[in-house]
Amino acid sequence: MSDRALPASRSASRWGGVLVTLLRVLLPVLLALAAGGLILLSFGKDPFAYYGYVVERGLLSPTGLEASITRMAPLLLIAAGLIVAFRAGLWNLGVDGQFLLAAVCVAALAPPLAGLLPHALMLLVCFAAAALVGAAWSAIPAYLKARHGINEIISTLMMSFLGVSLANVLIKIVFNDPTTTVPQTETLAVADRLARLGDTTVHWGVLLGLAAVIGVHYLMSRTALGLKLQIVGSNPRTAIHAGIDLKRLTFVAFALSAGLAGLGGAVDLLGVQGTIRADWNPAYGIAVIPLIFLARFNGWAVIAFVFFFAVLMIGGESAARRLGVPSFYVLVQVALLMLFFAVVETFDHAWRKRRGA
Amino acid sequence: MEALLTTVFLGSLLFGAVTAGVPLLLAGLGEQISEKAGVLNIGLEGMMLFGAYFGFAVAYQSESVALGFLAGGAGGVAAAAVMALLCVRLGMNQIVVGIAITLGAEGLTALLHYFRFARSYPRLGRIESLPVPLLSELPIVGRALFDRTLLVYLAVLLPFLLILVFRRSQFGLNLQAAGDKPAALDAAGVSVLGTRVAAVLLTGFLAGLGGAYLSIVGGGLFLPFMTGGAGFIAIVLAMLARGKPLWVLFGAFLFGASLALTTAMQVAGVNVPTDVIQMLPFAMVILVLVLFARHAYLPPALAQPYHRGER
Repeated sequence: MSDRALPASRSASRWGGVLVTLLRVLLPVLLALAAGGLILLSFGKDPFAYYGYVVERGLLSPTGLEASITRMAPLLLIAAGLIVAFRAGLWNLGVDGQFLLAAVCVAALAPPLAGLLPHALMLLVCFAAAALVGAAWSAIPAYLKARHGINEIISTLMMSFLGVSLANVLIKIVFNDPTTTVPQTETLAVADRLARLGDTTVHWGVLLGLAAVIGVHYLMSRTALGLKLQIVGSNPRTAIHAGIDLKRLTFVAFALSAGLAGLGGAVDLLGVQGTIRADWNPAYGIAVIPLIFLARFNGWAVIAFVFFFAVLMIGGESAARRLGVPSFYVLVQVALLMLFFAVVETFDHAWRKRRGA
Repeated sequence: MEALLTTVFLGSLLFGAVTAGVPLLLAGLGEQISEKAGVLNIGLEGMMLFGAYFGFAVAYQSESVALGFLAGGAGGVAAAAVMALLCVRLGMNQIVVGIAITLGAEGLTALLHYFRFARSYPRLGRIESLPVPLLSELPIVGRALFDRTLLVYLAVLLPFLLILVFRRSQFGLNLQAAGDKPAALDAAGVSVLGTRVAAVLLTGFLAGLGGAYLSIVGGGLFLPFMTGGAGFIAIVLAMLARGKPLWVLFGAFLFGASLALTTAMQVAGVNVPTDVIQMLPFAMVILVLVLFARHAYLPPALAQPYHRGER
């Protein structure tokens, strides 16, 4: 899918290599911000005011920074899931359905369990259930891919649409809390949610997210399973020759990826939301995808990009209320990021080839 | 259950199936052209959204439905031009660019709608239909099939035209070769890139037209994210149709019927939650994939950029 860890040319100095890498990463970001600014300008909005406000509200103000870091928790878990899938060459584009279904199931499970089980055990059951629900929702695409070679892009997307609708059905019909007017699940008491870190509003789910991304990074680069998945990702035929059970690994990669997305749903519910209203779909997953590419599947870089995106989201939400730029703008920004990533990557490729030749 | 078999119910189901099926048909045929030429167009949803917004905006401003459809097609072509430049000319990853086009179109059309129409939510008037004499008087099928706008008749004829193009014309054979063995096409002295660019732009036009139909005729208004996955369903249709236009026609109306079931049920007085019905088309796609997975076919050079001399 992309060139990873190309050995830097020996003649190039170490610092030159670092500079080029930095440029490859930052150039798409800068170009995307500039192009987005032009779009804002065409709508009669001052881009500098917008970006200034986003930075101020998402990064510089203490409450904003805490909100941004808190938002990282579900994003990081989704990102961890995507790293597994993408490195294994599988396009799991159904993370939003996996995330939302898991979140809804946890939302239904947590309030009654909170009265029955000790806190830690309740959380454990919820996490396990979320991972299972997420993984289960990827079983059909995994089967279609493994048995019939059906392109997983389409099947995961279809399952995602299906999952989002099913989540709504569950909220409105099965898990509806009769005491509220708007269809929503029973609210989890604040005392039963994930504990805060120190005096901040940040809950420990963020640490779980960080651990997941770093864990996945090492799983993929340092373990036998990770190596096998990478081989499957880069060349399935080689994998078969190497005696790797392609079908089994497809299922494993999908289950890991979707299970992590499901955990993201659990963390967002247990840490922040507490309840889910009908028609709530944050669609985090589809926005995290370009970040994984920008980071070139590297876990550490993913963390940095997720933080950047969380700031953009939280700041963007404030700006929507204050400056009248609706939060749809973040979608445009993500799309531009992806396009410029592809453009820079292509030109970089051509340039390397010419130098190598 | 008796209510389900009345003429009212069948009539409104068939009517709805055609209304919901035409955008799927147009976009699905577009995707088929593109896939034949070896370009997997994941940006189809975005192209439909562009078509829906620009089609509606122009039809509303000019009060001309025909201009609206043209603008919708042009909107789709504009999005497709990005894809043609980046994926065909520069050989970038078709999936990355496709997702970006869809996301960008979602955001951009939602923004445009917010700044221009979100306060007034204007609606178009009823579209004049073009009834076929005599046939439009038939019970049930008359109103559903023979009392529609011109675009519906053209859309239904399009698969037959495409059969001719695919089988009999040089362009059709070039398309096929560009997807099956681009190097052979190149050796025959025909530009692979040119053929693929033409295919992608044609796809954009048809998807844009489908989107414009959705907003101008289907809803009479534009709403953000109004395609709601129709573009992706169209991709599945093209995948399962194995290059045969008639299968797209058949599939589009089958899926159209499942999309139209909600309204038809309400007309018949049966109350089923909308969310349950909304799951139907997607559940059907999955079911069809599981049942007919072995029959899906995609050209060998699909999603592979062509570079002369590379193997």
